[in-house]
Amino acid sequence: MKAQAGLQHRFGPYGGQYVPETLMPALGELEAAWLEARDDPAFVDRLSVLLRDFAGRPTPLYLAERFSEKVGGTVYFKREDLLHTGAHKINNALGQALLAQRMGKSRIIAETGAGQHGVATATACALLGLECIVYMGAEDIRRQMPNVERMQLLGAAISPVEAGSGTLKDAVSEAIRDWVTNVATTHYIIGSAVGPAPYPVLVRDLQRVIGDEARSQMLQRTGRLPDRVIACVGGGSNAIGAFIPFADDKEVELIGVEAAGEGIASGRHGAPLTAGGKPGVLHGSLSAVLQDDEGQIAEAHSVSAGLDYPGSGPEHAWLRESGRARYVAVTDDDALAAFTSIAGLEGIIAALESSHALAWVEANPGDGIDLICLSGRGDKDLAEVRQRLNPSTSGP
Amino acid sequence: MTGVEIIAAAFARSDKRAALMPYLMGGFPDIEKSLAIGHAYADGGADLIELGIPYSDPLADGPVIQAAGAQALRAGSTVASVLEVAQELAGRLPVVVMCYANLVLSRGQDQFASALAQAGVSGLIVPDLPIEEAPTLLAACDDRGVALVPLVAPTTPDQRMAKIGSRARGFLYTVAVTGTTGERSQQPTDLAAVVKRARRYTDVPVAVGFGISTPQDADGAAQAGAQGVIVGTRLVRAAAESKDPAEAVRALVSDFAGALR
Ligand SMILES: Cc1ncc(COP(=O)(O)O)c(C=O)c1O
Repeated sequence: MKAQAGLQHRFGPYGGQYVPETLMPALGELEAAWLEARDDPAFVDRLSVLLRDFAGRPTPLYLAERFSEKVGGTVYFKREDLLHTGAHKINNALGQALLAQRMGKSRIIAETGAGQHGVATATACALLGLECIVYMGAEDIRRQMPNVERMQLLGAAISPVEAGSGTLKDAVSEAIRDWVTNVATTHYIIGSAVGPAPYPVLVRDLQRVIGDEARSQMLQRTGRLPDRVIACVGGGSNAIGAFIPFADDKEVELIGVEAAGEGIASGRHGAPLTAGGKPGVLHGSLSAVLQDDEGQIAEAHSVSAGLDYPGSGPEHAWLRESGRARYVAVTDDDALAAFTSIAGLEGIIAALESSHALAWVEANPGDGIDLICLSGRGDKDLAEVRQRLNPSTSGP
Repeated sequence: MTGVEIIAAAFARSDKRAALMPYLMGGFPDIEKSLAIGHAYADGGADLIELGIPYSDPLADGPVIQAAGAQALRAGSTVASVLEVAQELAGRLPVVVMCYANLVLSRGQDQFASALAQAGVSGLIVPDLPIEEAPTLLAACDDRGVALVPLVAPTTPDQRMAKIGSRARGFLYTVAVTGTTGERSQQPTDLAAVVKRARRYTDVPVAVGFGISTPQDADGAAQAGAQGVIVGTRLVRAAAESKDPAEAVRALVSDFAGALR
């Protein structure tokens, strides 16, 4: 391990920069730019004004009374679903788009699974007048059509990815290849706390606003910290943002909820942190990853496009190994059930991703205060859910 | 002889202005045919062979090599079966394996280096393992006389190139273009500049790859100062398109060899 004067490259043994040499100077440049920008009051101020006036921060901390009553505890939702574009992804996209502009890069690429990060990036690019290309798996284009149409309306070009399973993993790979080719003009806005250093730290820095706000809201409201913080984990950006401000509060339990898909035992899931297994390199960093005996990356499976990813952010692998956080998984069926029940119970249509966190709390109620990161809203999921729950009806 | 020495001898012995190193996707279209293609490379006048181990997520590769790798995996190729191909070919020509980092880490860096040495492989290229991540593997390869060949790119600044050049074993793989593998209709205008910089910062031969599509490109690379030329996608495409891949690539390789003589 090298002594780095800049941002953190490793979390325990995890992280690193496993990328083609062509990208190494760009990663260095990005790291230097972020170190500078995050200490520049003008930049910080511009971002926080946009987060407030454009995106709608701070988001409310909502006491979900009927849900609390049902599960028999006290449950608060951090309402990232109320943000402009409908998910926490906008926190990261706005920050990185501003950074790209500061770096003089006029072309933006992004990958997207559920389409939320793609929409957030397309939105930020429209706002700042940047060119935007979004890589999206062919299968995800099918199941997240409303978001495809939103991105196009916002002026982004959608580049379908047919390779592999046509989902998030393949879209990230294709975005990295574009970046290798166009690195001089292009910034890659990665959508989760994954990728080579400095991305996991950059994305964490931009998402920790979730936990920072929630922590002070909770203290103000209840005079104490929550007993548990629960968030869904795809690559892990909403979870790391929710967790990190509580990391030093040893009494607060941190729980990441992955996608168990058709069940961990079936092998068809998106839960590398829960399933264990040896670490591996995917998309530039060493972390928990689904792979076969030889090290070929396996395909993930989840009803929710945003959790349908065989990797995980390297900091989560370390939080697990160090025992600071624990990781669990929820099946497609249980997430779908929670999606439906929370709509009727609380009047909130939560994203299928976030529904995994809700389902876990429903099945594993605490006796104190729970804080769930409601990472996004589920309008995008209606067609997919309808089809899953009633396969005889055709799609939209 | 160690792998490092075998590679040095191959560069020294080459009858061409630059040593010719065709890329072979191991296990494409299947294991047996890929071995035949490798022999055809040797027959056509190759000086060394770069042998790719197929990988699920090849970030440095364009569509043609991606598709070939996916096909090889579907056909059941494994690290072990590609190393058997390596062993056969190593009897004729020095073999340098190209393999993504996760396959190396999965087996264990020492174990992987041992497996290469046992198969008679002379060198190893890991396209997603920059020098910062490479010390353990470099030591493992050095212990076994296997040359860990690093890459430099047009984007690599001088200071970094010096660092990489000083750690190069076998040869220095100089990426000709900013991009992934694949044919290009136009050769980069700054190729000579990159090659010149690469040669200034290393004692080992400088080999150029990525985008060399025609014998003229190979000639151009040699004129730009390259001491080795790597031809990948053009040959993989020929193998994919032909009913008799071995014959097709033999003819092509001898065209490339001719252009370099
Ligand atoms: C609403 C929502 N939640 C969660 C995720 C998962 O991503 P992450 O784990 O980075 O928060 C996504 C990804 O698309 C999403 O759209």
